[in-house]
Amino acid sequence: MNGELAIDVTGLTKSFGGRNVVDDVSVRVRRGEIMGFLGPNGSGKTTTIRLLCGLLVPDAGEGTCLGHDVLREGEAIRRQVGYMTQKFSFYEDLTIEENLAFVARVFELDDRRGRVERTLERLGLGNRRRQLAGTLSGGWKQRLALAACIMHEPRLLLLDEPTAGVDPKARRDFWDEIHELAEDGMTVLVSTHYMDEAERCHRIAYLAYGQKLTEGTVDEVVAGAGLSTFTVDTPGAAALSRRLQGRPGVDLVAPFGNVLHISGRDGAALRATLAAAAAEGPAFDFIADRPTLEDVFILLMNQSTDNFA
Amino acid sequence: MSAHTGRFRLSLARLWAMVVKEFIQMRRDRLTFALLVGIPIIQLTLFGFAINNDPKGLPTIVHVADAGPHGRSVLSALRNSGYFRPTEEAVSRAEIDRALELGRVQFAVTIPAGFERALRRGEHPQILIEADASDPAATGNAIAALSRVMTNALVHDRGDVTPAAPPPFDIAVHRRFNPEGITQYNIVPGLIGVILTMTMVIVTAMAMTRERERGTMENLLAMPVRPIEVMLGKIVPPIGMGAIQVAVVLLAARALFDVPMTGSFPALMIAVMLFIAANLCVGFTFSTVARNQLQAMQMSFFFFLPSILLSGFMFPFRGMPVWAQTIGECLPLTHFLRVVRGVMLRGNGFGEVAANAWPLVVILVVVTFVALRRYKRTLD
Repeated sequence: MNGELAIDVTGLTKSFGGRNVVDDVSVRVRRGEIMGFLGPNGSGKTTTIRLLCGLLVPDAGEGTCLGHDVLREGEAIRRQVGYMTQKFSFYEDLTIEENLAFVARVFELDDRRGRVERTLERLGLGNRRRQLAGTLSGGWKQRLALAACIMHEPRLLLLDEPTAGVDPKARRDFWDEIHELAEDGMTVLVSTHYMDEAERCHRIAYLAYGQKLTEGTVDEVVAGAGLSTFTVDTPGAAALSRRLQGRPGVDLVAPFGNVLHISGRDGAALRATLAAAAAEGPAFDFIADRPTLEDVFILLMNQSTDNFA
Repeated sequence: MSAHTGRFRLSLARLWAMVVKEFIQMRRDRLTFALLVGIPIIQLTLFGFAINNDPKGLPTIVHVADAGPHGRSVLSALRNSGYFRPTEEAVSRAEIDRALELGRVQFAVTIPAGFERALRRGEHPQILIEADASDPAATGNAIAALSRVMTNALVHDRGDVTPAAPPPFDIAVHRRFNPEGITQYNIVPGLIGVILTMTMVIVTAMAMTRERERGTMENLLAMPVRPIEVMLGKIVPPIGMGAIQVAVVLLAARALFDVPMTGSFPALMIAVMLFIAANLCVGFTFSTVARNQLQAMQMSFFFFLPSILLSGFMFPFRGMPVWAQTIGECLPLTHFLRVVRGVMLRGNGFGEVAANAWPLVVILVVVTFVALRRYKRTLD
């Protein structure tokens, strides 16, 4: 079964009010793969996910999701997909147990009590089963939502910014669980703004203004951007940042505390500019470094803004 | 101004900031704006043109057992009074009873056999006028006008020049179904319908909008639950609530107001269920249109206003002009009032209930159709 495509859609297009929110996007995800969707706010990540699970009807595009036609077999897809919405969308005025029981009933699952019981146990929420879901903290809500989404044992999990507003420990636990699920053969498509999460995906796609700009493994995406990056360790990082802004070869300048990241697509020009600036004084040392995913994405974002305008 | 009073000073700039913000928000909230403008217009129209506490042209069934000239002139005098409008002729007692029990007519006039002969002999024969007095307000003025009408009735025929002379016959008025003209007999049964309209529409109107507002709608749509399942699931629990309300009013009607229950209780219950379902479906339809719970409330209020004014609950239905009656016929409450008053006061059974309740089924089917069309399985 390896190499089988869980999602295989091409030319997905959706417009709202004459604006293409998703524009000719193709998505291919192999079974058991974790695919990350990255991109700025309003780039079409959520819309793409909603198109895949049948919550929205695409204006154009075709393909299959879990072997079912995305345009005509939404019903069959819904039964096998777990969709975790960006905003907590279970019932805050129901208890944890009641929420799980509701989901189990809607999916007509056998052995409802057993499943709910096992889910509660796995979550470690057995002793808080009668607590209202609305009183849970953000991290626990997210765990509950995930548990409810996988109770019907979906073959595909769609996660829309699942870790927004969740603390680092909870995020790490969450991702450990995602990896376990993927190992068991579940396909996962997850949107996120966090670079560390992107690096935990098997493959990532970068969306901006409804279009897919790049796709591949993290290394492929970083290498594909053709970016050269230098770092400067100086107490005057902010002042230096202002000096370098707009000079030839300088596409990106970003201070990280006392360390300044300077990136550009033209490595030679960038090196020359840095050497000239260091000579002008005040002097500084610069060293070549590996561009980070964030550098690549901010560059992509800037470029796509230019293209859009 | 000193420093410490400055803390409490009313700042016109700050006040103006609030006023400007409120104006902007009010302008964007179209439905509230529509409500602000619409309510006075609707109220003016309804109270100014539709509502009439002196109903005229009331449908009257006529039983003429003696076709003599005097009987005819009595009938035309009744018609000319403006209150009585002969709509059908009965050939038997049973037909009169049926028309009154169904609420099809407000009055029945019987000119007895041998009327003409008895009149000539000076025997003061009786003309029987039966009124459906279940709504005392609808018949009051017509009955009050009777003696004047009759005194003038035969003036012309007798060629008499003394108009004040009493007529040579008697009029027997039977106020049927509510002989003492007790207002509560009319109001309390109607209250069942009004309470159900008020609560049931709001309950379901809020139901879907709550899902949307809290973001749970998206999850619900992503799960394999069908629109009809969602709709029925939302409608079944409030039916129980409605049943409790009905029980409370019925008990109070019996214990506190002595309102009789002369007809078939099971038939009434079937109509109650239909009526509750119709209102719940109306509410569900609102909730597929409203964007938030406030709008759902506002729409329910918009529905409640004509329901209470044009259904015949507060004001006699037959007093309204045709356009207002047409609107009234589209409201579930209008039909339910006929049923509930028919059963409790006029002794209606299954047959009469079916005759009055079928429009509820039509309304239910139409509204359900609209609701399911409006309910979208996607977020489009």
